[in-house]
Amino acid sequence: MTSTERTDVLVVGSGFGGAIAAYHLAAGGARVVVLERGPWLTGQDFDHDFKLGSSYTRAFDFTVGDGMSILGGNCVGGGSVVYFAAMPRAPRFVFERHGSIGRRMWPAAVNRDTLDPWYDRVAESIPITQQSWDDVTYAGGLWAAACDHAGRTANPVPAAIDRSKCTNCNWMMAGCHFDAKQSLLLNYLPAAVAHGAEIRPLHEVQQISRTDDGGYRVHYDVMDDEDYRLRGESGTIDAKIVILAAGAGATPVILQRSEATLGAMPHAVGRYFSGNGERLNTAIINEDKAREVLGLERENGLAYAANQIGKGPVVANWDRLDGSLPEFERFSLEQLYFPPGLGTILAEVPGATGPSWFGVDKKEILKRWQSWLIIFQMIEDNNEGVFGPPPAKGNADRLSQQMLGVGRLKYDPTPQTLRAWAMADAEVKDILERDGIAEVAAWTNDVVGAYTVHPLSSCRIGDDPATSALDDRNELRGHPGIFVTDGSAVPGALTVNPAMTISALAERAIPGIVAAARERGVEVTYGAPAPDGSTSGRRGVAPLIPSLSRR
Amino acid sequence: MRPPSTDVDETRTMTLEAFADTIVPGEKRSPDDRAIAGATTGGGAVQAGALDLLGWDATGLTEGLDGFVTALTGHATAYALEHGLDLDPAVPPFVSLTFEHRTALVRRLTTPGHPEKELWVSLALFCNMAFDSAAHMSTADAIAQGHPGLLAMGIEKPDADGRWRFPNFSYGRPLARLHPDTTPTGSPS
Repeated sequence: MTSTERTDVLVVGSGFGGAIAAYHLAAGGARVVVLERGPWLTGQDFDHDFKLGSSYTRAFDFTVGDGMSILGGNCVGGGSVVYFAAMPRAPRFVFERHGSIGRRMWPAAVNRDTLDPWYDRVAESIPITQQSWDDVTYAGGLWAAACDHAGRTANPVPAAIDRSKCTNCNWMMAGCHFDAKQSLLLNYLPAAVAHGAEIRPLHEVQQISRTDDGGYRVHYDVMDDEDYRLRGESGTIDAKIVILAAGAGATPVILQRSEATLGAMPHAVGRYFSGNGERLNTAIINEDKAREVLGLERENGLAYAANQIGKGPVVANWDRLDGSLPEFERFSLEQLYFPPGLGTILAEVPGATGPSWFGVDKKEILKRWQSWLIIFQMIEDNNEGVFGPPPAKGNADRLSQQMLGVGRLKYDPTPQTLRAWAMADAEVKDILERDGIAEVAAWTNDVVGAYTVHPLSSCRIGDDPATSALDDRNELRGHPGIFVTDGSAVPGALTVNPAMTISALAERAIPGIVAAARERGVEVTYGAPAPDGSTSGRRGVAPLIPSLSRR
Repeated sequence: MRPPSTDVDETRTMTLEAFADTIVPGEKRSPDDRAIAGATTGGGAVQAGALDLLGWDATGLTEGLDGFVTALTGHATAYALEHGLDLDPAVPPFVSLTFEHRTALVRRLTTPGHPEKELWVSLALFCNMAFDSAAHMSTADAIAQGHPGLLAMGIEKPDADGRWRFPNFSYGRPLARLHPDTTPTGSPS
């Protein structure tokens, strides 16, 4: 059987950008098919196991590039399944950034005020909790106490976690077994399916071509469910609207590969990639000082020694999120748990004079792993990433059965980015090395380059066709009917975790997508409530719909 | 005299063990252990199962291991010549190097700009994973069996159902002032 299937809307990827689009379009009456290259796993499938082949390696993907590596989701639910559920909104100044282009990089139509109603829609759809100090783990508590001791403030981070179900197991990155993390598997995706959206896991989209009727044909390969190096049959689906949401490490690659059939892509496709300015530091806590200086004590007389306990980031320092500071001098510092495996190898020994990511001294700090405190920096980087020519298939040459591949991203940080990282490093040291609380070292960039868990901007929105691949309604310039709604669309680093902003931009893109679908003869309407039926968010965005529904 | 294939296997095993031991060093398994340099006490990557992990084709490295061994032998030989070191013909060249020289050579091979850097980094990555996450074993089994890496790092034992739960997790009190520009829902304003 080789005949081509047909649908109204084809969504590539099922993370925040894809799931939100799939839900609204299906709820509005369109036929929706979602192609997701990873497996469809649910709570019972999520193992507490580092063994290769467990859910941990099935559900996420690590793509090594030249100067930058990307850790992302690879499963139904995408990044929402493997992220740490931090859901802050981006600070106001972020939307005024210029970066390297000499003008405001966000579209004129988007700023914090105009995005807030869309943030509200997300907050109504994904249960988000402002965590209290009782929810804050030992690691977050120590970070808060150290910030306070240094004269800084510290905030519990809003998170999409059901506190009544969380066991503080710290396996969140392998998918939440207890359904405490409010991933898309629990809200937008089941609601999309209830409205008839069809989700096909293990379908990796390779390229897009045109059909004679002005629509698009999406070409996919079916992937083996255990060894992602193996491919099965190929197929095609025709659609009137295509929504790309494969993640900022894959969406531009699909478009690059499609250039032969679709025609020239906007210059910004595969350019201006941002790693959200991310960088990690490891602090090795002096347990005696944590007790004496910070006054911390937990059960059994311990002061800290709690690196394994918890639920990802719970406390952030936002003192440098000050809009009066110059660009590239603003950043946040967030406590983070990062599990062993792909993370610890990049940690370096505090005070070492040469490379120390392996060897005798590294082993010694591994023995003190329980006393590690990891601080996650999010600075303003300079959108330095560029994707080279795409590989033959997928977004990377896959090395391991799962998880590990070699991609085409090249990232060469500019002096502004390097200086911003150095400033953030110095701030972490100033806070945590004060009075001997800890010794701190940044993770090395020499092994796999910089390391991002929040890839952004490789196909960004904007008003300037020269520096943005999408117009301000997320439609791909020169290719009407193709929309991008994932982190690729976010124009630049956000200085905070980006899931909330990616989601809000996706919500904002829906009225325009609905309008485009209607122009193509799809009987679809805009106006679905939140997945649980709530409607206050819908009322909040009502005044904004007309401008977004017009070209 | 042993069959040549055994020599090849022994060369391969010893060379890979010496590389793994350079990444996460351990103590010698016996006084005449040559592959493990004995730079630290306690088990290192070798005792943690690095060769088991590298030998599992799920890593994607297995088919290339002979190439790694050949290349590392060549690099070690050249390194010894460059530094005027005498290599012991009784063991493979990389094994013959002292721990300090092994470390210096691995640093060279993994330094940005080295043409083979990505290859050696990938080998190092899995050697480290054998130690810090026992990626070739069920984590619960690894802990139950006394896996040297997970034990050294202090990974807690799971509950009887193989799941981790930490009922005590919070100091349970305010530990800092909130940033003044925080919205009611907890975001930066």
